[in-house]
Amino acid sequence: MTGKAEIVLRLDAITKRFGKLVANDAISLSLHRGEVVALLGENGAGKTTLMNILFGGYTADSGSVQVFGQTLPPGNSRAALDAGVGMVHQHFTLADNLTVLENIALGVQPLKDMRLRKQETCNKIKRLSDEFNLIVDPSARVGSLTVGERQRVEILKALYRDVKILILDEPTAVLTPQEADDLFATLRLGIQNGLSIIFISHKLHEVMAISDRVAVLRHGKLVAETRTADTDKNALSALMMGAAAKAPDITATTPGKALLSLKDISTPDIANNPGLKSVSLELKAGQIVGLAGVSGNGQAALADVVGGMRMPSQGALVLNGKTLTQWSPRAAVQNGIARIPEDRHKTGTIADFDLIENAILEGYSTALFSKGGWISWIKAKAFATDIIQKYDVRCPSPDTRIRLLSGGNMQKLILGRVLEADPQIVLANQPVRGLDIGAVNYVHSQLLAARDRGAAVLLISEDLDEIMGLSDVIHVIAGGRLSPGFARGTMTPAELGIWMAGQGFDAQVAHAS
Amino acid sequence: MRLEPIANPSLARSIAPPAIAIIATVVIASLLAMVAGANPFSVLGLILKGAFGSQFALLETLNRATPLIFTGLAIAVAFKAKFWNIGAEAQLYAGALMTVVLGTGALPWSSFALIPALAIGAVLAGAIVLLVPAMLKTRFGVDEVVTTLLFNFIFLLFISMLLEGPLKDPMGMGWPKSARLISEARLPRIFEGLRLHWGFALAILCACAVWVIQTRSTLGYEMRAVGLNRDAAAFAGIPVNTVLVKTALLSGGLAALAGFSEVAGLKGSLTLDLSPGFGYTGIIVAMLALLNPLGVIVSALFVAGIFVGADSMSRAAGVPTYLADMMLATALLLMVLAIMLTRFRVVRD
Amino acid sequence: MEILDILISASFWAAAIRIATPLILATMGELICERAGVLNLGIEGIMVAGAFAGWMAVYSGTGLWVGVAVAMVVGMGFGLLHSVLTVPFGLSQHVVGLGVTLLATSSTYYAYRLALPQVTSPPKIAAFQPYEIPILSDIPLLGQALFSQTPFTYLAFALVAATSVMLYRTPLGLAVRAAGESPAAVAAQGLSVTAIRMGAVIVGSGFMAMGGAFLTMSAFDSFFFEMVNGRGWICIALVVFGSWMPGKALLGAVLFAAFDALQIRVQQTSFGADIPYQIFLMAPYILSIVALVLVSRRAQVPAALMVPFNKGER
Repeated sequence: MTGKAEIVLRLDAITKRFGKLVANDAISLSLHRGEVVALLGENGAGKTTLMNILFGGYTADSGSVQVFGQTLPPGNSRAALDAGVGMVHQHFTLADNLTVLENIALGVQPLKDMRLRKQETCNKIKRLSDEFNLIVDPSARVGSLTVGERQRVEILKALYRDVKILILDEPTAVLTPQEADDLFATLRLGIQNGLSIIFISHKLHEVMAISDRVAVLRHGKLVAETRTADTDKNALSALMMGAAAKAPDITATTPGKALLSLKDISTPDIANNPGLKSVSLELKAGQIVGLAGVSGNGQAALADVVGGMRMPSQGALVLNGKTLTQWSPRAAVQNGIARIPEDRHKTGTIADFDLIENAILEGYSTALFSKGGWISWIKAKAFATDIIQKYDVRCPSPDTRIRLLSGGNMQKLILGRVLEADPQIVLANQPVRGLDIGAVNYVHSQLLAARDRGAAVLLISEDLDEIMGLSDVIHVIAGGRLSPGFARGTMTPAELGIWMAGQGFDAQVAHAS
Repeated sequence: MRLEPIANPSLARSIAPPAIAIIATVVIASLLAMVAGANPFSVLGLILKGAFGSQFALLETLNRATPLIFTGLAIAVAFKAKFWNIGAEAQLYAGALMTVVLGTGALPWSSFALIPALAIGAVLAGAIVLLVPAMLKTRFGVDEVVTTLLFNFIFLLFISMLLEGPLKDPMGMGWPKSARLISEARLPRIFEGLRLHWGFALAILCACAVWVIQTRSTLGYEMRAVGLNRDAAAFAGIPVNTVLVKTALLSGGLAALAGFSEVAGLKGSLTLDLSPGFGYTGIIVAMLALLNPLGVIVSALFVAGIFVGADSMSRAAGVPTYLADMMLATALLLMVLAIMLTRFRVVRD
Repeated sequence: MEILDILISASFWAAAIRIATPLILATMGELICERAGVLNLGIEGIMVAGAFAGWMAVYSGTGLWVGVAVAMVVGMGFGLLHSVLTVPFGLSQHVVGLGVTLLATSSTYYAYRLALPQVTSPPKIAAFQPYEIPILSDIPLLGQALFSQTPFTYLAFALVAATSVMLYRTPLGLAVRAAGESPAAVAAQGLSVTAIRMGAVIVGSGFMAMGGAFLTMSAFDSFFFEMVNGRGWICIALVVFGSWMPGKALLGAVLFAAFDALQIRVQQTSFGADIPYQIFLMAPYILSIVALVLVSRRAQVPAALMVPFNKGER
């Protein structure tokens, strides 16, 4: 079907530089009517940058974007929308405190209109919901929706504007495998209704499942463009990764004794984040425990409990055989828990502190770096320099503000900060989110090294592939409840997906009774 | 338009915007002087002369700078931790109040014991006054900007009540004014014959102490971390609320020393016009110093110079003294913009 | 008993509404700014500037309504300054707000001294006079309290209604609220966060200046220093107290003003004569703080209040 249909979108030699980095290097790509083109590439390959240029978030240094033959003015989201391009961002752009209807209606009517047409909007949303199988209550507050529902709102936002071209940036990253299937069904409905789609992903099986054509990006360059039918996963994988990167090997180990046990732990719900519901979990020496689940299902609460940010309201936390009564971030650090936080920019580092100050963030008050309330900057600098060397942190100098480092180098500094103390427990919360493939492999090899050294590792991730690749034992968290542990290789993604959707728990109860 | 951070700002990038801000302030002041029908060059000359042109002028400027160093430090310490203390005025009066309560005969000690006692009393009073908004913030999440601002009004009325009641000077001929400090409570002059008291030296000492605390101590590190990123500080184990309360105590204490120094060093008694807005001007002083404690000394001298110079200029040229306030407000706004421009580039798109 | 007598007198409630009017206007202004995500601490100074500008215009010979318009334009000018610095440049809203207050206050005093160099007591103007709305003003108690005010007060109430309709019933209001909740959502729908926020701050500042102008053109008939006297800061507390909703903020302003009117009257009773007058003057400020503490736990703050938005930044 491609080749004959009209070209709806053409990217012509798009180049974009950020400082020295060439994020997009003369990329040309076209999209035909009724076609799904997958844009495949590792994190940092330039996919999101390219789509942001198309949608007016960034301005290209050179090159042009044509929609239905018309060149779009650069840096203008409005023009892209008006031309019939809609984008579902990886990070949703929704206002939590407004309703679904308000989020969809935002910016549709001219601002000088005297009346917001709520009823008509509501009717159209309902019609689109039926047509595309996107069920959501228009009067619900967005903050009260699940992640999957929010994504439906994002897609409805685009459909509501009668877009002809839909761009989806890593849309399945936050979904269960079953929800992803529902999304694909919706997209097929869209194609039937004349939509053309660009689907950005780094997951090969999805690309094979949904796309007609695939374009592969690596280091900002378009390295291949082919019909999906003419290629296979292995070929695409080689194109995407290049020759250099190789995932670390995993050898089996025998787990030791439990270092940290959570016994029937519950925490209260906070806003839209569910608390834990009677969670029991053992972190054993020499074992990686993977926590799979759709984001917002209690991962934050569990990470908070293990990391010392929160004392459970019920249940016991047993560390090395002793039940804890006092629990704080500082106590966690002192007890040998290495904490890699979910958001390295917001909670892991202080952007305007230099590397030295960031390196001692957890230990500044200990005898290592201070005495009697006074900090020894000589010792602090020596420590930072040591980490920079050992963990290969690329930076101009230790007194550079960490804001100027790439995500990967920032994460390496955090790794050094927490792993240098030879921790017995490692809490890694989304440790590779947003990192490029080289940094991903580095972080994973460090986690494996910690395990092999005898540390207990808790890996929390929304990426099921990552969890399945690294974990010795997998638990699924859904609605604050924790599944039993599944040993490596005993579960398929689809089986885990049932648990992620919260359905396995009921079967378990039925089975027990 | 959009702002893009600059990785390695050049020297020109670091110097040019603040320099332009200063020049622009001077130009705007000149235009304002012209609006008032005066010759801008003579107005600026008169301000400079009035501030620094004679020994008398210089001493006047140093005296005026003294309370501004204290309030500037108070604001710098608080703002560094992003604790928005806009209530230095109230804390200043708290310090002054404690000074007259203890220094008018209640403690019949020698200067050697009495003056430190008064200073400590003042610090405690100021700290306690700011403790209330700090607790309201950490316990209930009540925004400290509004509470500290409202406290200024409450506290001034409280002082007024005391000055018309229990603290009223029987010899005051009806004016709302406290009794005078006993002579042992007065701060002596640094040099015999020069009208400059030890309060100025204390202010310099405090600036150095605050600088050392901020750069070398764990508390200073904590305050900076809390100011730059509260979430990351909390995650790392820094007790954020405790740090905020400690910051408030330090900030309130420093502002109170301004009141102590004005009463014990200069005025000798407490009146309702003790401070012509030193607490608010401290914000300008601190911001112009980029919240650097040592920079506060320089910016306090600059700000004091403008005020003192404008007073004498106004008498000579007939331009209202409010020109000084306008200049400083303009300098404040242009300087925060200039500092941002040293680190970010404006990109059009 | 005396207090009860006061509370059921129409003149007391008429006074309360009069005291409330400047607060209502300025609170609406602040509310619009904060709903769009910008804290405007310039409010105190902008009220001072508005008080002077409106009064000075009328003193120079313009009509009263032209004076109101002049005040509004002056306020919008300071709003423009505030919004340029805080929105596209993303500077600290605390520092810029205080800077604008200092600038507005000092330039007002400077202008006053230049305009009236010789006077010892400021001249008076022919201020707005009460207008009794036919029929409605005949309602017992309510009629005198609500419908025998000056037209300026009626305008203030109309503006509250207009603000409420604008925020909740129009596409523009939706955009303003969204800018205060999630600027990224606004930008993704092709709207300019910068334009919406700047517009809100400019219009809001115009309302604040009108609040100031009410003091010199309706409540009194002359301008003097310190006349705003912290009312701006109280309005910021009222916005929080009103949970960022126009109706609740209006109610808060009237309650507050009623309390203020009450303290003035209680001062004059036999009971009040024994208490230092400063206690009564302090009461409104203390009340504001107490109100903030009471609502602190349930306040629904706009999620992006004080969060600058820089396009393209993630």
